[in-house]
Amino acid sequence: MTDTAFDVKSRLGQPWKKPPFVKRNWLRWILILGFVAYLIAAYMTIDVNWSRVYDGLERGKKFVLAFTNPDFTSRSTDIWGGMIESILMTIAASVVGIGISIPIALGAARNVAPLPVYLICRGIIAISRALQEIIVAILLVAIFGFGPLAGFLTLSFATIGFLSKLLAEDIESMDKTQAEAIKASGARWTQWINYGVQPQVMPRLIGLSIYRVDINFRESAILGLVGAGGIGATLNTAFDRYEYDTAAAILLIIIVIVMALEYLSGVIRARVQ
Amino acid sequence: MLRVDKLVKTYKTGDQALKAVEIDIPEGQVLALIGPSGAGKSTLIRCINRLVEPTSGKVYLGDVELTGLSSAALRRERRRMGMIFQEYALVERLTVMENVLSGRLGYVGFWRSFLRKFPQSDVDEAFRLLDRVGMAHMADKRADELSGGQRQRVGICRALIQDPALLLVDEPTASLDPKTSRQIMRLICELCKERGLAAIINIHDVALAQMFVQRVIGLRFGAIEFDGPPEGLTPDVLTSIYGEEDWEATIEKVEDGEEVAAQ
Repeated sequence: MTDTAFDVKSRLGQPWKKPPFVKRNWLRWILILGFVAYLIAAYMTIDVNWSRVYDGLERGKKFVLAFTNPDFTSRSTDIWGGMIESILMTIAASVVGIGISIPIALGAARNVAPLPVYLICRGIIAISRALQEIIVAILLVAIFGFGPLAGFLTLSFATIGFLSKLLAEDIESMDKTQAEAIKASGARWTQWINYGVQPQVMPRLIGLSIYRVDINFRESAILGLVGAGGIGATLNTAFDRYEYDTAAAILLIIIVIVMALEYLSGVIRARVQ
Repeated sequence: MLRVDKLVKTYKTGDQALKAVEIDIPEGQVLALIGPSGAGKSTLIRCINRLVEPTSGKVYLGDVELTGLSSAALRRERRRMGMIFQEYALVERLTVMENVLSGRLGYVGFWRSFLRKFPQSDVDEAFRLLDRVGMAHMADKRADELSGGQRQRVGICRALIQDPALLLVDEPTASLDPKTSRQIMRLICELCKERGLAAIINIHDVALAQMFVQRVIGLRFGAIEFDGPPEGLTPDVLTSIYGEEDWEATIEKVEDGEEVAAQ
């Protein structure tokens, strides 16, 4: 009806192809060839010292073999203490971080917050995401000294950037009419959030929160390397002493806990649909 | 009861959705708003409760001018305007009861609503309304478990529990089958009569509108093209609202419809 000049007869019997994303032929080929050339050039710059790798294989083998014979006992008090510290750090940081993230996420969702609030909250998220955990941890260790307090603060701070951003994006993509219906009843802003927005984003909030607990636990093992407490400190000491069997024991415990969290997350998310 | 005075809505894109619309609705009148898609029907009813801010013009509900109200006063007036939505707009992950009680949010404080501790009178009224629309046994089901017709019944309860003076109804039957559409339209009109409510019903289905309402307004390109009783919708009038088509079949269908409805 719109395109009257279309001649169906001459079109019939000819194959149809999806129009290419880059319409100009020469430009498309330049882009493809350029990409391939870059890829080849990039791989050629990787410098591998094969004799060094050969030597390293022996050390790697020792490390892997240690997993067949993990030593849970000889450093059991260190491992136990580190684990408790890590778990405490994880739980405390997750609770505080998620608690702060929720209001920031509301502020960072353009369809819920006015522009000035939006900009401030997006700014906070950007800062939190820009600073890598290790860097924050080094700074906080310098301020608060060695120990789990620095680790706890680092993880809380990192949780804000992660959770607020993803939750805000979920709020922005919610179903508008459900929220509109609540607004039409004369609800105040807080009630509107509680009835119109919260139910829609709840599954995502719970899923993200559990995932963040998982990340925080794994991060707590890393933060020990810079002195921010937790199982990481124990792990670091084990590596320094070449006690691969103790290190293997710690890694196995971390793997088991992460897998348990993963399983728990699946169970909870299936329930909150 | 409701007076719309030279209401204009121009969207940011420059589209003029409403051009100086004037409507006067007396107490208890049920009015159907017809017109092609994009004629401004949804915009008009959303401008009345200011889910969409009108560009200029005034809306009076009783003696209150809605267009000039502060946000707190607007919330109070919104309680007097129940709204029923296309696609129901129930909060899917809340229960039927929570959805109905959400109609009372304008009356209860935040903590009461947050803790779901609504006054007993509200809970009783919710059950009375759900029973009236035949949904009382579903009170604790989640909204996303219901069928389309059931959802719209819950949507009607949510609007009525506000104890409104006016119902704003946006395409209530757009996604329902023909039989359920009639049941829902009949239910809305009966409830309006029982409670003496005025209503503006946006509707695509001209035949269905003719069956149930006392007055029809036809909107085209944001301006009123027709305002009169449903019998006044002749083929010429429909052509002026929707453009050229063969309207005899549509009008035939009305008579069919009335027979079915009478059975």
